[in-house]
This record gives sequence, structure tokens and C-alpha cells, in this order.
Amino acid sequence: MIKEKVTDILVEELGVEVEEVVDSANIQEDLGADSLAIVEIVMAFEDEFDIKIPEEDAASMITVKDIVEYLENKLG
Amino acid sequence: MNRVVITGMGAITPLGEDVNEFWENVKSGKCGIDRISRFDITGFDVTMAAEVKSFDPERYIHKRELKRLDRYSQFAIYASHQAYDDSGLADCEFDRERFGVIVSSGIGGIETFYEQTKKQIEKGFDRISPYFIPMMIPNMAAGNVAIALEAKGPCLSVVTACASATNAIGEAFHKIRSGIMDVAVAGGSEASVCETGVAGFMSMKALSTSDDPLRASIPFDKDRDGFVMGEGAGVLILESLDHALKRNARIYGEIVGYGATCDAYHITSPAPEGEGGGRAMKLAVSDANLALEDVSYINAHGTSTYYNDLNESAAIKNLFGDHIKSLAVSSTKSMIGHLLGASGGVEAIVCVKALEEGFIPPTAGYKNPDPECTLDYVPNVGRKQDISVALSNSLGFGGHNATIAFKKWQEQE
Repeated sequence: MIKEKVTDILVEELGVEVEEVVDSANIQEDLGADSLAIVEIVMAFEDEFDIKIPEEDAASMITVKDIVEYLENKLG
Repeated sequence: MNRVVITGMGAITPLGEDVNEFWENVKSGKCGIDRISRFDITGFDVTMAAEVKSFDPERYIHKRELKRLDRYSQFAIYASHQAYDDSGLADCEFDRERFGVIVSSGIGGIETFYEQTKKQIEKGFDRISPYFIPMMIPNMAAGNVAIALEAKGPCLSVVTACASATNAIGEAFHKIRSGIMDVAVAGGSEASVCETGVAGFMSMKALSTSDDPLRASIPFDKDRDGFVMGEGAGVLILESLDHALKRNARIYGEIVGYGATCDAYHITSPAPEGEGGGRAMKLAVSDANLALEDVSYINAHGTSTYYNDLNESAAIKNLFGDHIKSLAVSSTKSMIGHLLGASGGVEAIVCVKALEEGFIPPTAGYKNPDPECTLDYVPNVGRKQDISVALSNSLGFGGHNATIAFKKWQEQE
């Protein structure tokens, strides 16, 4: 469920294909997110899941797997 | 001093997605004005605009980039790519550090500004997109064009309201003539047919409230009651003659003069008798080392507002004197509306094509002569006429006046 929503957001915000959003994908190197795009996707996660993501937490999201795990923990 | 020639052109307009389609429609006097479709106009007194109807930005812009570009930047990149492809520069080795971009917009990303401000009010300031600023600022068309075409020389946006694109082309012309750069992408882009844009100009009483698309933008006609907003982009590739000849480029025409002045009179009203606009025309002709009698055609600013058309007509009459008898003056805004900061870009293309083909486009929709505007406005039907020099006028809020002199291409000066 969380994985699907994260995938949707990454596809929408980064203009990538669903197939590219694999667990090991690095959001900067593989999915092409720059510093502005990262701010935008973090904002989209906050809106989607109705949470606040502190900046230092956002900095730890390197791969798709990191994001999904972080959100799973947070939403516990 | 270098001679400066035009070696590529690109356009996205209410009357066509490329230069040829646009020019053929302008020649035949077609009207690209229609009921506003980009937003709900319920309650608006103004119902007409000249919108770009079919536009496929993905032809030149990756899907990934699209949502981070305001419509005005998309238009600019689209038209600039067309012009660049047209120029053949893509197949050449040339000095990218002497390749500049001067692409302007009168307003910039006003639709983005509206959407993000709305978001701020509804959801809070921390929901504003990180792309808000880079999408909105009016220099970003130029910045994005430079990235797209790898242009590493001077990159500027000359923001002078409705004179923006003409100032951009003029400044690029002077920079190439004086040897600061070899090649430039020059022109303008605008996309402000949105609620805030239309409402703003409507409050100024600057827009026509006619609901007849054929009688809304009627420059120089006695019944004119304001301009019609248009959108799009028009871009030229300018090049020093030596650079163009060396690579065997196709040459469409030559820019020979540029004049820029300010009314220093009022923020929106033109000075009496178009004094500042008259000086811009005079400067452009003298900058070109030409005589006033050499000018055969003027693509007027001709917005269809009472004061612009009155004052611009007076300025032309005062400057050219008896020569007005053999001077054609038309406003292509009668067909595509007023593209604001992009108007000088598409109107430059009209001048270049008019000289190249020997065809003067009409002022469409003209019915009732105004006793105060008595020039030859080429009413309704364009005419075949061999011409060698044309002027393009653009006059902007702020009192900005800009004129460019174009000459039919011939190798001998």
C-alpha cells in the first residue's frame, strides 16, 4: 500500500516509468531527482500521508527502499 | 562593425505551430481570436483571447521537465528549438561561448504565480513548490533556452512589457554588430491568458469587451475598444554575416537598425502624438544609415486601444511627412491579438517574411475608418509588393519604445 503510493508519487513528480521505481533505485542517481525535486517529493509524501518529515529524515532517504521503510516506521 | 543576418526562425502562435503555418495564415488575413477556453470566464466582461490551440511541447521538452516549466518557458523552448533546427547550427562546430540568448517575457510565469499563491492561502506557506520561483521569474525562459541549446555566451532577458521581444532582438543585434558575440537566440515568449492576467488588464480597461472574434482586435478602426490578449513565442537566430557565410547558412534577411527610447511621461499612457515612439523609429532608421524614404512597410504596434493607435499613427505621420503616401502600415495583432512581451518576436518574423516574399500582410477586420487615423493600414487584404526595408514597432507600459529596421537580404550592402 505504502509502496504503491510512493511509486505513484515518484512517477508523477519525477516523470519516470513505473518499472524504474525498484527498491534499489537511488532517487538522485537512478531516478534523476535534483535538490529541488527532493523537496517536492518530500512535500508530496507529507501531503499524501498527512505527516511532517523533518529535514534530517529527508536527507536519509537515498533509495526507494529507504523511503518505503521510513514511511512504514513512521506510520507504524 | 559586423553585418547581422537572420538565419533561423521559430514560432508558436494562435495561428500556427510553426513559422510557415503562421505566415500563411497571416498572409490570408485569418483570425486566431476566439472565446477564452483556458479558464472559466463566468463573470468576466472580457471573453475573447488568441490562445495557442494545439501545442505539443513533448516534441522538444522531456516529460520530466514539463511540469517544472511554466507555459511561457515551454513556448520559449519550443520556438527556440525550431529556430535552432531551422538554422542548421546543430550540425556545425562553433564557439558556444560566443553564442548568446536574449529571450524576454513581459510578465513571466503568472499562471504559476496564481496557482502557488492560491496554494499558500489554502494550505500554508510551507506547501509552496520549490519550483515556484524558478518557474515564475521572467528570465527563466532565457535560462532554459540556454540549457536546451548549450548557449554559453551572454544570457539576458530584457523586460520592457510589450516592447520586451523587440528590445531583446535589438540588443542582440547590437551585441553581434559590435563583436561581443557571433550568434544569438533572440525573441520573446508570453503565456498570460489566465484569470489573473486577464483580470489585471481588464481592470486597466485595456482589453476589448467585444464578443465578436472578428471585431475584437480591430487596430486603427474607429470602433476599436481595447486589445485582445494573445499568447505564444517568436524567436530568431541572429548571426554575424561572416559567421553565417563561413558555414554556408541560409539567410532570411538582415537587421540593419535599432532604436530604443522612453517616453518618460506616464506609466501606461503614451506621450502625446507618440513622441517617444517616433524617436525610436527615427533612431532605428539612422542607426541603419538609411533615409526615411527607404522604408516601405511598418509592422505597427497597433494594439487596437484608442490611445495607442491614435498616437502611433500621429508619430508615423509626424516623422515620415509626405512619405506616408507610399508607406504601408499594418497591424498583425488584428489576427493574433497582442502577445505582449512576445509580440515583437512574432512581428519580427512577419517583417522578415514580408521582405523575403514581397508580401505585405493586412490589418484584418478593418471596417470603419477613424478620421484621426488616416494612414494606409492595408485593410483586410494583403498585397504583393516588392519592398526592401521594413520597421517593426513595439511600445510598452513604462513608456518603453523600440523599433527594429529589417532589410531584404542581398549580399551587396
